[in-house]
Amino acid sequence: MATMTDPPEQSFRLSQLIYDTRYRSLTIQVVAMILLALALSWLVSNTVQNLAALGKDFDFGFLWQPSGYDINQRLVEYDSQSTHGRAALVGILNTILVAILGCSLATVLGVIAGVLRLSNNWLVSRLMAVYVEGFRNVPLLLWIVLIFALMTEATPQPRAFRADDGPSMLMGESVAVTNRGVYIPNLVFTRSLGGNEVAAPEPEEEEPTSSGLSGTYGGSRISTGGSGVSTGQSSDASDSSGDGAAASGEGEVVPTSSGWDWLLILGVLFAGIAGARYVSKKATEKQEATGKRPTTAPIQAGLILIPLIAVLVILGAQLNKPVLGGFNFDGGLHLRNSLIALWLALSLYTGAFIAEIVRGGILAINKGQTEAAYALGLRPGTTMNLVILPQALRVIIPPLISQYLNLTKNSSLAIAVGYMDARSTLGGITINQTGRELEGMLLLGLFYLVLSLVISSFMNIYNATVKLKER
Amino acid sequence: MKNTVLLGAMAAAGLAAGAAGAATLDDVKARGTLNCGVTTGLAGFAAPDANGVWQGFDVGVCRAVAAAVLGDPMAVEFVPTTGQTRFTALASGEIDMLARNTTWTFSRDNDLKFEFVGINYYDGQGFMTPKELGVSSAKELDGATVCIQTGTTTELNLADFFRVNNIDYEPVPIETNAEAQQQYLAGACDVYTTDASGLAATRATFEDPSAHVILPEIISKEPLGPLVRHGDNEWGDIVRWTLNALIAAEEYGVTSANINELSAEPTDNPEVNRLLGTEGELGSMIGLEADWAKRAILAGGNYGELFEKNIGENTPIGLSRGLNAQWTDGGLMYSPPFR
Repeated sequence: MATMTDPPEQSFRLSQLIYDTRYRSLTIQVVAMILLALALSWLVSNTVQNLAALGKDFDFGFLWQPSGYDINQRLVEYDSQSTHGRAALVGILNTILVAILGCSLATVLGVIAGVLRLSNNWLVSRLMAVYVEGFRNVPLLLWIVLIFALMTEATPQPRAFRADDGPSMLMGESVAVTNRGVYIPNLVFTRSLGGNEVAAPEPEEEEPTSSGLSGTYGGSRISTGGSGVSTGQSSDASDSSGDGAAASGEGEVVPTSSGWDWLLILGVLFAGIAGARYVSKKATEKQEATGKRPTTAPIQAGLILIPLIAVLVILGAQLNKPVLGGFNFDGGLHLRNSLIALWLALSLYTGAFIAEIVRGGILAINKGQTEAAYALGLRPGTTMNLVILPQALRVIIPPLISQYLNLTKNSSLAIAVGYMDARSTLGGITINQTGRELEGMLLLGLFYLVLSLVISSFMNIYNATVKLKER
Repeated sequence: MKNTVLLGAMAAAGLAAGAAGAATLDDVKARGTLNCGVTTGLAGFAAPDANGVWQGFDVGVCRAVAAAVLGDPMAVEFVPTTGQTRFTALASGEIDMLARNTTWTFSRDNDLKFEFVGINYYDGQGFMTPKELGVSSAKELDGATVCIQTGTTTELNLADFFRVNNIDYEPVPIETNAEAQQQYLAGACDVYTTDASGLAATRATFEDPSAHVILPEIISKEPLGPLVRHGDNEWGDIVRWTLNALIAAEEYGVTSANINELSAEPTDNPEVNRLLGTEGELGSMIGLEADWAKRAILAGGNYGELFEKNIGENTPIGLSRGLNAQWTDGGLMYSPPFR
């Protein structure tokens, strides 16, 4: 045993880095890494040099300076004295708003179109084919501009509503479709959590400062006495608040709404839905144990509706209908044409892609599944909902995530119709007024990166729940 | 070996990028054309005509500079820019100069690192509304929807004006003048606001200009002028003195009609002689040929001729000289002496 010698000691030679397979891959990786680092450092030093040549520094201080410009659609309070950072936040929220609206509508459209394209009805399936091919083969920007132009040119101006033979408001004088957008009623509260202002009986009254979710008309306004242009809403608000108002005497409560009200309502709504789901779960357990499913629908409806109605009554909710004021409709919720055009175009365009994904997902399920379901006596609709779609989801979800990300990033085309998203505020006006192109674009890129990562991580969580579980 | 070549190339590219933007004059001469940033289209100031040739008051400044530097007023590559893209285009070196009715402000000069070389139009921000609205003052615009070109000083002035007067408005941000015009005519906004000259130019292209009024309020000072990048003083001087030459030519009575006669031999007026290069060494001081100013004036005429031809009272735009008359006529146009 003692005669056994160690294997000959191999001294390490440099050539081994290339010729020895044990080290080669490592060498290549290290070299590639160095090259990448060099390229990056060149980019950075080039930027620094050019900035120095222009006499510019790299500084994010502009985010805390007053912006000086106004934004029409704002979900949080903002005026021209707010900071550039606040303007960026307003834009970011607008981007998120249109992304959520767009993803929801695109999903609905896509699923319907995808399922119907497989319909046995010749007309229906061909119509859906026309929709899909038409929308996904024409550039998105064209659709945005086209829808916007249609809405601007084909709908009446607000002042046309004043004429007797002009257009009239829809749905019981509560919805106005104009070439500046659609005005719909919104909810206001006479006992708002954000506090109500008490209007003085004089005509020079201050209007409610709305904030939070309903804040499409933010900021207070003082009507200019004797200018001949009344604001309209002030008189309407004080007229209609009389019945619901608790306070009386010297002034009347001006109904308003704040973010807290909506937070409470949403909270109650979600709690109700959670309760309803619990009831349904209990019912399923009972059904599995005894074979009989107790009636749950009235209990579920009650769980959701009763607390919601109670909260609305406690807050003193009432509908605030838009009323034609001086130049525009006042009150209610103003859905601007830019938002509607962008939302519809993004949804229709992405919906066409989602339709194809849904169709692919359904076709991926073996026909035997359908036949088996039919053999069990299920009807086609039930088969689709209970057998095919749940299985198709695991094929559909991963490409669907990409479409959601596409839609979110495509929303930066908003500038074409003047929708004030993050690209228009932070990446547009702010950059233009401060000259901070590099900083602004970096921040904008960072925002889209983070938003995309958040969306895809949420969707991945959902994907994990629907994907094939192997045990 | 390959890596060394690559690194060398990278380093060279880095150096080249670092040096870019230094000698604009050499770049322009080497290229043979002047890259000039203009609007995407504003009648009278800068817009392509039926043959696709750019015409206008701002275009005239570009052509004069090209004529002075390259000897050919047509050797200009016009780069249409919007309110949002113009500064980036200039800062990045995509264009050599910007003549796009751009307001000279403190922060643009110092913070954005540009060099305004002078003022070719003294303007102010105004409002235009349809006559049928019956508005007679901008202070009656409470609650109005206002179309505005985004990325401009007018955007900031507007916010200030409505805040100071404590009235409310709904801004509709729009990228170009053409889109703004379309939105305004469709009634998607009650008011269009921009520089008063721009309003006049826009109104001139309407089917029925008399159905629209420009409100009396001028809410800001908007001195418009050409600008170049900070840091290349020689180039800045060339653009500045080309503009001054156009203004001085009007003052001294040098027009495109009589300039050949005046420059044939020295005249009685030494100032005219120095301007036209028949006396003195002004051309070599600025790094150009002796007849640089003559070529610049020949390109489209002197300042007054440019004004009358493009935006003056006999054009559809119909702007009067007002503040833009020569100082000898009570205006603000005043060129430093050519000496």
